[in-house]
Amino acid sequence: MYGLITMLSLWMIPVLLSFILIYAVYKKVPVYETFVEGAKGGFGTAVKIIPHLVGMMVAVTIFRESGALDLFISFLHPILQFFHVPGDIVPLALLRPISGTGALAVTTDIIAQHGPDSFLGRLASTMQGSTDTTLYVLTVYFGAVGVRNAVYSLKVGLWADLAGAIASIVIVSLVFG
Amino acid sequence: MVNYIWMGLILSGILVAGFNGNIEVINRAAFEGAKTGVTVCFGLISVLVFWLGIMNVAEKSGLLDIFSRLLRPVVRFLFPDVPPDHRAQGYILSNLTANLFGLGNAATPMGIKAMQELEKLNPEPGKASPAMCTLLALNTSSITLIPTTIIAIRMNYDSANPVEIVGTTIMATAFSTLTAILLDRYYRYKYKSS
Repeated sequence: MYGLITMLSLWMIPVLLSFILIYAVYKKVPVYETFVEGAKGGFGTAVKIIPHLVGMMVAVTIFRESGALDLFISFLHPILQFFHVPGDIVPLALLRPISGTGALAVTTDIIAQHGPDSFLGRLASTMQGSTDTTLYVLTVYFGAVGVRNAVYSLKVGLWADLAGAIASIVIVSLVFG
Repeated sequence: MVNYIWMGLILSGILVAGFNGNIEVINRAAFEGAKTGVTVCFGLISVLVFWLGIMNVAEKSGLLDIFSRLLRPVVRFLFPDVPPDHRAQGYILSNLTANLFGLGNAATPMGIKAMQELEKLNPEPGKASPAMCTLLALNTSSITLIPTTIIAIRMNYDSANPVEIVGTTIMATAFSTLTAILLDRYYRYKYKSS
């Protein structure tokens, strides 16, 4: 099973690349020129994202490094304990929507501390894999097209993150508990 | 809402650091954060340049069209405002497919390209259109079939079965994606009628 999955993800990009190129040649598209023409836009797009991402990263780093995140977690701790949510998983659930690298660090730490096959290790793995960094995705995608008014997007993203976190706890408890 | 969260993160951080008497952390964190932001963007340049080039080839050859025609019902259901045959469809589908297979660095450029196409259809530039909100909702909840990074970490720590979490991850991600789609629909109609 694992061999199949790694094979699949290893071969995905090479197969995709060859298919796109061979089909384009068959359709008589000048592949190299077309590639360069499309690639031109990449640099400008990345540069456009910089102000948005710098703004967000500064806010997130200040929040984390100042200890405000830890304080926030300790406030929520009693409530979550009431609902039988394991305390060690709380930082991950809170960090996941705002900081991708931060969440990955916490997940790795939990796996290193408790082992990948422990309940917490499996829970952290599931939670990490089941959602993306909402704040980052919003900043990058909307930043690239210059959208400043996100309307209701952040709300939807954060509620979906909460739903994903709760679902992870319930599902992992049912399957491995 | 983004305004409040942004300000809240910064001000609460300064407040806590001030109370704990380690205000110097803020100075370091601010510049460290700025540096991370720029570093991440520079990391994106290579991926964006490469994939936007490849996607241009796929678009010019007509491959993207064929692909979007195959999966049209899905897009029609999720993005009723996008006219059929619009090139945004192909990019949206490529973005969703790349996400599905855990190809994060291919998914981002395709998603950005889809956003750019949707912005062309946007009657109010600068304000996210309903279709843009839906695309974002799908990406933040990220429908993943193969969580590649996490499998690699589990292997590193000698898991007896690194892929055993694939099933639970798919179930959890399906639930969060479904929540995102339903909420997105709910707010779409709520904002339209108000």
